[in-house]
Amino acid sequence: MSDVAIVGIGIHPFGRHELSGMEQGAVAARAALADAGVEWSDVQYAFGGSSAAGNADTMVSMLGLTGLPFINVANGCATGGSALISGYNAIKAGAADLVMAIGFDKHPRGAFDPDPAAFGLEKWYGDTGLMLTTQFFGMKIQRYMHQYGITRSTLAKVAVKNFENGSKNENAWRRKPMSEDEVLNAAMLSEPLTQYMFCSPGEGGVALVLANADRAKEYTSKPVYLKSAVLRSRPFGSFEVFNSWLSPDRGDSPSVAAAKGAFEMAGVSPDEISFAQVQDTESGAEIMHMAETGLCADGDQERMIQMGETNLGGRLPINTDGGCLANGEPIGASGLRQVYESVLQLQGRAGARQVENASTAFTHVYGAPGISACTVLTV
Amino acid sequence: MSEQVLVAEGVFTWPSDEPQLIGSHFPESGVTVFPRAGACPKTASRVAEDVLLPRRGTLWSWTIQGFPPKNPPYIGTESPKDFKPYGVGYIQLGDQVIVESRLTVSDPAQIEIGMEMEMVVVPFAIDAEGREVLTYAFAPVQHPENGANS
Repeated sequence: MSDVAIVGIGIHPFGRHELSGMEQGAVAARAALADAGVEWSDVQYAFGGSSAAGNADTMVSMLGLTGLPFINVANGCATGGSALISGYNAIKAGAADLVMAIGFDKHPRGAFDPDPAAFGLEKWYGDTGLMLTTQFFGMKIQRYMHQYGITRSTLAKVAVKNFENGSKNENAWRRKPMSEDEVLNAAMLSEPLTQYMFCSPGEGGVALVLANADRAKEYTSKPVYLKSAVLRSRPFGSFEVFNSWLSPDRGDSPSVAAAKGAFEMAGVSPDEISFAQVQDTESGAEIMHMAETGLCADGDQERMIQMGETNLGGRLPINTDGGCLANGEPIGASGLRQVYESVLQLQGRAGARQVENASTAFTHVYGAPGISACTVLTV
Repeated sequence: MSEQVLVAEGVFTWPSDEPQLIGSHFPESGVTVFPRAGACPKTASRVAEDVLLPRRGTLWSWTIQGFPPKNPPYIGTESPKDFKPYGVGYIQLGDQVIVESRLTVSDPAQIEIGMEMEMVVVPFAIDAEGREVLTYAFAPVQHPENGANS
């Protein structure tokens, strides 16, 4: 089977904008085509999605009615990752040699307000004020801090790092560095997480051009190889958003299986990773996902983060573009943003936030109702 | 006392001096879920029986809802100024199941993982007809002999 390379990347800046979500997606698509030096008419297959900004396939009216197969993908926070996996599989299967994966979104301000029925829940769950993702994140990290001795200072340092990284990223939404005290003293949204420890729903778009690796050099002098792309849903006993009950017989998060699968498929071990993007819906999520994905053992994060090991310049930089905390969370686009940043870094195009000697990258997204998508990328 | 209405039927026993949550038990797998469900999430077995859950348990994790949730889906109508933060937690009921619930306490200083909790029924909102809407919640167990929380 063919290997898969990423030969073009495009982004519309994240944040708040006049353009519609889909128009932001089209901006990203045109940028990715230009980066690969190809035309929309060269693209043989497309996969795309948004959560709140419309059907991705209607974008053909902005990019050109070439008649290509364009499949809409909807998979919560893993929408972008799922579009990427679909494109990866299309090339692996020999269905196409040049594919676009695209994700974009535009959400109203404030916390998400999902419908209980869409998640298989009874109406009373939403009526009584339990239908908030923020509560889940608060309770998951609360339990984790209790079990593994993670401190509030470490929660804050994750946010400080991501805002610092965001300040070096011209496409980030929040570009102002913040001190640990500012993060700790901000409004408490959901114990133990303050306002600046949470990402905000936002806007943005990302597109990637994927190619059969045999032909990658036709498009770029430095292709990045997508060594694996793996999606998993939740196993029994995991702890997810919107669970009215949990089993006392505790099991792993879907991130554990997705990461393990991605490392195995790539033939790469976690200690070979130069830098990683892991889903930081809030500070605690980044901390817990570091261990769930195998980048460290449970509890090691306290020392690693206090020592600055996950900062730019540290042993294992994490969320080098500022992550969701600095970029916000346009659901359809976030997973692809992580891959966009990884490609920039691996190609040496990350400017002020460039990781030196970067050769191998890992990305991870997580979303409701318990899905995770991971990739391993190399040059 | 103003008129009262349940947020939903079949979630907990009421009226009762000792209300209990109603879950489903799947004898084939031994799994218990809350609220009631038609299929076991572990084995997909559809042989289920209703089960009344223990009223007491221990706090497994918790948070405080610090801002007014969006309405809908929340049915509370307080203005941001009048909104009172409320506790939310998971309570482990023996080795059967861990259930999610509002807590009657919202002061972090009064809450810790492992504390003993008991199920109660409380009003949490006023509906369009002015009735108090009741739901279940968990309260710290009071031990009158020493006047302190357990």
